[in-house]
Amino acid sequence: MTAIWTIAGYGLREALRRKVFVVVCFLTIAFLALYWLGARYAFHHVANVAPPEGVDARTFAGAFLFGMAMFGTLFLGVVLAIFLTLGTVRGDAERALLQPLVVRPIGRSTLLIARFLGAGAVCVPYVLILYFAAMVLTGLEGSWWPDRIVTPGLELAAGVLIVAALSLLGSVFLSSIANGIAIFMLFGAGLVAGLLGNIGHVLNSPGLVHAAKIAAWAIPFEALYQDALRAITEKTSGLTGFLLRLGPFGGAEQGGVALRLWAVAYLVLVGLVAVAGFARRDL
Amino acid sequence: MSAALAVSGLVKRYGAVEALGGVDLEVGDCELVGLLGPNGAGKSTLVKIACGLVRPTAGRAEVCGARAGSREARAALGYLAELFRFPGWMTADELLELHQRLAGSRGGERERVELLELVSLHDARRRPIEAMSKGMQQRLGIAQALVGSPRLLVLDEPTSALDPVGRRTVRTLLEELQRRGVSVLLNSHLLSEIELVCDRVVILLDGRVVTAGTPAELARPRGVEIETDAGKRTYPEAGRDDMPRLVAELVRDGKSVYGASLLTSTLEDVYVEAVGGEGS
Repeated sequence: MTAIWTIAGYGLREALRRKVFVVVCFLTIAFLALYWLGARYAFHHVANVAPPEGVDARTFAGAFLFGMAMFGTLFLGVVLAIFLTLGTVRGDAERALLQPLVVRPIGRSTLLIARFLGAGAVCVPYVLILYFAAMVLTGLEGSWWPDRIVTPGLELAAGVLIVAALSLLGSVFLSSIANGIAIFMLFGAGLVAGLLGNIGHVLNSPGLVHAAKIAAWAIPFEALYQDALRAITEKTSGLTGFLLRLGPFGGAEQGGVALRLWAVAYLVLVGLVAVAGFARRDL
Repeated sequence: MSAALAVSGLVKRYGAVEALGGVDLEVGDCELVGLLGPNGAGKSTLVKIACGLVRPTAGRAEVCGARAGSREARAALGYLAELFRFPGWMTADELLELHQRLAGSRGGERERVELLELVSLHDARRRPIEAMSKGMQQRLGIAQALVGSPRLLVLDEPTSALDPVGRRTVRTLLEELQRRGVSVLLNSHLLSEIELVCDRVVILLDGRVVTAGTPAELARPRGVEIETDAGKRTYPEAGRDDMPRLVAELVRDGKSVYGASLLTSTLEDVYVEAVGGEGS
C-alpha cells in the first residue's frame, strides 16, 4: 500500500510542479466566466421569449444551458485525464523515466493502480467542483435547479475515471501521441453515438436508437453522461421534457443501476487487461 | 550463499532477431565483473533481463538466488540504465527519498546524505535535477542505484557522461563498494576503466560469450623488450624466464642495459581479437 500512495503522490506532485494545475485553473475560470455571462444573457432574455405551447421556457433554458455545461465539464475532465495518463507506460519507458521505478520491488500492477488513483485524485474533485460551480451559477442566474443534484456529478466523474482507465490501457501498447489521439477519437465516437441516438429519436427509428445505445454502453462514459443528462430533468414531463431529452451533444437516456454496475465491471476489466499487458511488456 | 547473479543458457529473441543465444555468466560475492562487446552484442539485453525489465525467451537468470524480475530479486539489486532520465522538477534529495520509499529502505535522511557525499553531490542536495549537468545526473543515478544497500549493482555505461575526474570518482566508489561487499556488473565501452577496476571480464559477441577471465588470464605474453645504448629491441618469442639470459648476453657483448620489460597484450588487444578485428 505504501508504494501505491508513494507513486500516486509522485504523480500529484508532478502535476503541481509542472504547473498543470495552474493552467487548468486558469482555463476553468475562463470557462466558468463565459458560462456565467451566457447564462446571464439567456435568462435575462427568456422572459421576452414566446415559447411554443407546452414548453416551459425557463426550465428549458436552465436545463439546456446546464446540459451544455455538463458536456463542457466532461470534456475538460477527459482532457485532464488523458494528459495525466497518456504516457504512463510506453511514453515514460521511451523517455527512460519508467525503468528506474519498475526495477524497484513494487510490482508493475502496483504502478498502474497508483497512477490510476493519482489521476483519479486530480480528475474527480476537478469534475465535481466544475459541475457544482456551473450548477450554482445556473441556479443563481435563472432560479433553476436540476431535479437530481449529486448523482449527475458523480456519473460525470465516473465517466472521466473510465476515460483515465482507457488511457492507461492505451499507454501500455501505444506511444504517447498515438494513445492521446486514440482516446480523443474514442471520446468523439461517444459523442457521435449520442448524436445518432438524438437523430433516431427525432426520426422515430428504433434501430438507430438501439445502435446508439449499444455504442454508448460499449464506451460507458457516454452512457453515464446520457444518464446524468436524464437525471437533471427526470421530473420534467410534456413537450419540455421531450425536447430536453434530445439533449445537447447526446440525448438523455436512462441507464439506471445496470449501467452503474456495468461501469464498475468495465473499469475492472480494462484494469485487468492493462495489468496483463504491462506484465508481458519488455521495457 | 548463492551468487549475486547467475545466468545459464539465457536466450532472448525479438521476433526473428536473436539478441542472446545461450549465455552463461556468474557474478560472485563482492566480485566486480566487466561486460564488454560491440554495439548489438546483447549486453544491454542481458542487463535488462537481470533487472526484470525484459523477459527471457529461454534459460535461467537469478539474482541472489531469486528468479530475475521477481520482487525478491529486484529488492536485492540497484540499477543505473545507460539511457536514463529522472524527473527534472525533483531535487536530488526528493529523488532519493522517492526511491527509498519504493525500495522499502529505512535509511532516512542519514542514508540520503551519505549517498550524496559518496558521489560528491552533497552540495547539490536541494538542487532541481533539471539544473544539474549530465555528469552530475549520472552520479546522482549511481546514488539512486545504491538506495537500500543492494547486494548487486548493475551499471550500464555509468561513466559515459563523466569527465576524467568524475570517472576517477566512480572508480574509487566502485572499489569502496567492493570493500563493503557489493557485487557489481559493469557494462562499459571504456576498456581502460574495466581493466583498472574489474576482477573479471566477459566479452559478448552476437549474443554469445566469446571470452571470459580475469584481466591477468586474458593478457597473453608478447615477448620481452630491452632498452640498451643502441635503442629498444623486442624479442617476440622470449618469456619472463628468458630475461636474465638475454640481459647477460647483451652485457657480455658490451652493451649498456637501461631497462627490460615483459610485454603482454592489453585488454584492448584481447577485445579486438575476440570481436574479430579493428572494424568491429
